Amino acid sequence: MSTVDLPSRQEVEDLLYKEAALLDEWRLDEWLELLTEDAIYEVPPTDVPEGDSRNTLFIIADDAVRIRSRVKQLLGKAAWSENPRSRTRRMIANVRVVGADGDSILVTANFAVHRMRYESVDTYIGHYDYKLVRVDAELRIRERRAILDNEALRPHGKISFIL
Amino acid sequence: MDKSVDSYIMDDQDAGLFRVNRRAFTDPECLADERRRVFDKCWIYVGHESEVPHAGDYRSRNVAGRPMILVRGDDSIVRVLLNTCTHRGSLVCRQKSGNAKTFQCPYHAWTFNSRGQLVGVPGEDSYSEAFKREDMGLAAPPQVDSYRGFIFACFDSSADSLYDYLAGAREYLDLVADQSELGMKIVSGQQSYSARANWKLLVENSYDGYHGLPTHQRYFTFLSDIGIDLRGRDVAAPSIQKAVDLGNGHAVLEYQSAWGRPIAHWVSPFGEHRKAHFEEVRRRFDERFGPERARRICETSRNLGIFPNLVINDIMAITVRTFYPVSPDYMEVNAWALAPADESAEDSALRLDNFLTFLGPGGFATPDDVEMLESCQRGFANREVGWSDISRGMKREHPSITDELQMRAFWRRWNQLMTEPRLKRARKAA
Repeated sequence: MSTVDLPSRQEVEDLLYKEAALLDEWRLDEWLELLTEDAIYEVPPTDVPEGDSRNTLFIIADDAVRIRSRVKQLLGKAAWSENPRSRTRRMIANVRVVGADGDSILVTANFAVHRMRYESVDTYIGHYDYKLVRVDAELRIRERRAILDNEALRPHGKISFIL
Repeated sequence: MDKSVDSYIMDDQDAGLFRVNRRAFTDPECLADERRRVFDKCWIYVGHESEVPHAGDYRSRNVAGRPMILVRGDDSIVRVLLNTCTHRGSLVCRQKSGNAKTFQCPYHAWTFNSRGQLVGVPGEDSYSEAFKREDMGLAAPPQVDSYRGFIFACFDSSADSLYDYLAGAREYLDLVADQSELGMKIVSGQQSYSARANWKLLVENSYDGYHGLPTHQRYFTFLSDIGIDLRGRDVAAPSIQKAVDLGNGHAVLEYQSAWGRPIAHWVSPFGEHRKAHFEEVRRRFDERFGPERARRICETSRNLGIFPNLVINDIMAITVRTFYPVSPDYMEVNAWALAPADESAEDSALRLDNFLTFLGPGGFATPDDVEMLESCQRGFANREVGWSDISRGMKREHPSITDELQMRAFWRRWNQLMTEPRLKRARKAA
């Protein structure tokens, strides 16, 4: 049972495109403002894409504290895997508002994130599952899960930026 | 390479200098030699018994460059089978994991049971009497054995037993395996990644105590930010620490660490509500092993390298990591989390959470390690700088964990295998 009003796809697309732009432009402090205080960011392992981070070894399973720490690290100088920084370019598509869970709005979208570094181009392909909530009339991100279609991080090697 | 290289290392123990020729990281001929002289001669990690708990359970994976099947037969025996149809070559197992009574080759429908025996050949009456099913079962490495649940294969039928091969490393595997009375298990979820770097750079890096502070400064800042007290704690020179050459190229660092450990070293970020539980777990270890061994299991961390390509780092969680070269400058890496089989859901969640703070391709440390290895590999293009230096602590009676004794143990063994004239003699005799 849900009483939440579902947003239009356009409103959701505006949020996701804004998020993609902030991440591509490394405006990570502004990106944090799109998240709720209790936000979660997860990347499941490529062999258990539907897994639960409480019993499955993920690639990333950040709570809000770790997300903020991750951003601080990435904006500092000592995150060597992103110093010098990658260039990234995100293609977000097939955005769908698929339902609600309590006060969370469930959204899914496909992504292709290209990372350029040291003259290599690696492409991360998959889809996002989002849980969005409305806070003071604005949509915010409570949960974002980036589910890779890549069968392994090869040759990518790592997810050192925010996917 | 049988032709020219006498040694890849300069090992001057009088002067205290140790150098590694960078051709070891860049030369395709060296890699071809490694495949024959190292990977075909040594015991290579395949998987853990817990990955195939029930009869018929299987995992297909690449080990030492070969597609293999780790399978528990209907007789409950765990086997390692070479994943190629003995008829014309196709993979007979094309799923990553599952449970099966048989493996049927999709090409001509030859069927093998879970012990690898050939049990079905369509149109078998077309074969002569010389054709015998029992000759045509799935092949297996000449030696397969396990120690405390860790399964290894060896392609050299004359190699020492696994038990002897592991030598001093057994003591450290015991310290990991003893963390549960019901055995350890590989947790669901495999981290499959890579590095554009030579595989031996990851060997060095996996037990390199010297790089901790400069490379992983962000991790120690994170620890401090979440409330772990690093004051009065010299993370580069802990009070309890040692580096040990374990024989046969294996080596370990053992040390008191700043981070919390799910078994069973509590730190404040784990939460006050868990403190009593940790003390209870610790008491149980005291009872089982006595205070000295219990302290060692619970409070010290271990970075263990088992020659040539297995790393078991029992640090803020336990990672089992193996890697294999695709080319001199590119390796594939697989990593798992190891945990007590009987760990509670809450403890397991804490363990995985602690794992991800540091480890894995999205952690706060491993990506920077990958970065450093790739950076070294790019630097090697300067062929004018022919040697890397691994001399730290060479003249010390008790090398510290920020010295490089453990790497010298690896390199000496590796160099011995790569340069000993055994192959040449064998060829001449043939």
